[in-house]
Amino acid sequence: MIRFENVGLRYGSEAEVLRDISFTLQPGSFHFLTGASGAGKSSLLKLMYLAHRPSRGLVTLFGRDMALVTRRDLPELRRQIGVVFQDFALLDHLSALDNVALPLRMAGTPETDVVAHCSEILRWVGLGNHLHAKPSTLSGGQKQRVAIARSVINRPRLLLADEPTGNVDDGIGMRLLYLFEELYKLGTTVVIATHNEALIRRFDHPRLNLDSGRLMVLPARGRGHEGRAQETRANVSRANDSRPNDSRPTDSRWE
Amino acid sequence: MALRPRRPRSDLPLAVDPSSRFLGWITALMAFLAALALAGAMLVSDMAQRWDSGLAGGLTVQIAPMPGAPVAPLDDRAEAALTVLRSFPGIRSATLLSGGEIARLLEPWLGAGAADPLLPMPRLIDVVTDGPVDAGALRLRLGSAAPGATLDDHAVWLADLRSFAGAIRLAALGVVVLIGAAAVMTVVFAVRTGLAIHRPVVELLHLMGATDRYVSRQFERHVVALSLRGGGIGLLLAGGMLYGLHRASQGLRASLLPDLTLVPWQWAVLLLVPGALALLALVTARWTVLRTLESMP
Ligand SMILES: Nc1ncnc2c1ncn2[C@@H]1O[C@H](COP(=O)(O)OP(=O)(O)O)[C@@H](O)[C@H]1O
Ligand SMILES: [Mg+2]
Repeated sequence: MIRFENVGLRYGSEAEVLRDISFTLQPGSFHFLTGASGAGKSSLLKLMYLAHRPSRGLVTLFGRDMALVTRRDLPELRRQIGVVFQDFALLDHLSALDNVALPLRMAGTPETDVVAHCSEILRWVGLGNHLHAKPSTLSGGQKQRVAIARSVINRPRLLLADEPTGNVDDGIGMRLLYLFEELYKLGTTVVIATHNEALIRRFDHPRLNLDSGRLMVLPARGRGHEGRAQETRANVSRANDSRPNDSRPTDSRWE
Repeated sequence: MALRPRRPRSDLPLAVDPSSRFLGWITALMAFLAALALAGAMLVSDMAQRWDSGLAGGLTVQIAPMPGAPVAPLDDRAEAALTVLRSFPGIRSATLLSGGEIARLLEPWLGAGAADPLLPMPRLIDVVTDGPVDAGALRLRLGSAAPGATLDDHAVWLADLRSFAGAIRLAALGVVVLIGAAAVMTVVFAVRTGLAIHRPVVELLHLMGATDRYVSRQFERHVVALSLRGGGIGLLLAGGMLYGLHRASQGLRASLLPDLTLVPWQWAVLLLVPGALALLALVTARWTVLRTLESMP
């Protein structure tokens, strides 16, 4: 799914923000991306959602070497990636529904399907009464749910979230994470940047930890130190796999 | 399912750009000017055509009184001229105008006293041709048969009229082309401004997988809507003005002025103005957006 080899990133002529990053994410895996503020979590995610090109090293996404991808190929690749931006990045002049509809409309989905799907997912995240509300009238948590609905409306193969629980209390944060879990169970590869240790502890997933520009992969706690390869195998066969952390409520809907 | 009424929606908040209102009004002004220029060209063409068909195919022979000169009386000379004319190749008929008809023609210049029998009146012969007439040879024959006869073949008039009408048409075309160029520049400016203002949104759309064409469609929809609205307003104003001119020209009795009336197909040409402006705006917007985005990383 994603493969980084000796990737470095620098902004302008500054020192490298990311150094010698090497890791592989298998399809259908779930990772937390952790690290102190300023460690480079957002920068790493931007490399993954093709907002930046690395200063050096090799990035392979969906089996394609990103150095060989042209401008014309980018939209097609980006449509397979759902992103929850750190600041939501909702368009203020568009209603919640129109914000969520953006990826569908870009993909040329028929308008009646667009409205149907977007209303449905907004209801699903508990915003059924706010379909036509402008972001400025929504609370932080509500905006976040719109952003998340938008990131998943297109059933992306890869979901990247930059501190999606940053603005909400732990209760709502939990529910957001359950939504990501649902997608993960449906086969989406998920990477969530967060430094909310309490939330991370509730879910048993491996971590990518950034520290002064370098990346370390920490396996999921529940599996001890089996390493990534086995974690991956576990993920691939997870359809009828009862995972240790399956203690979440059966109803993971929002409201 | 909550289906909303379909309304224009843009992923970019272009409608609130300061350039939006100004683009609409400029388009209105340009549509107004373009419609007037086109109407002017069409009216002049009509007018030239009417004069043309009125003058072409006709000749006028005038036999002037020559008091004191040793020549035959006017009427004899007129008879001689008629004989020459009727036998000349290319001439269908030649008719001597009566004194009353001549007086009527002269009335605008001489007043009601034109019919004064004491005034020495020239004789006029109205000639209708049905083929090419050798005006040079005819002049020679007339000169010897009827001294004092002058032949007016309207050629100079017609040539002047045609070049005048041509110049007006060319000027109108030039005005329309200039308006088109101004429209293109306005749209380029508005679109570039919009792209600069909304660059973060454009980048966000790109990150969500928008193609450059998707982004340009946002701009195209916007400028087309503005152009159609502005163009409609401009056309309405021009139409009102033309109608006013038409009414005013009908009130004038002098038949020297052409009646400023457009026929239905000419109104239809004017109706195309907002559409043409919108099409121009669409092509310009697409071209500008795609070219600008190409140079974005
Ligand atoms: N666009 C940018 N231009 C220059 N420096 C940047 C830019 N974005 C991030 N940085 C720098 O890169 C470092 C990592 O930032 P970031 O990736 O946002 O970290 P995190 O998301 O972990 O807080 C910080 O020192 C930050 O100042
Ligand atoms: Mg960050």
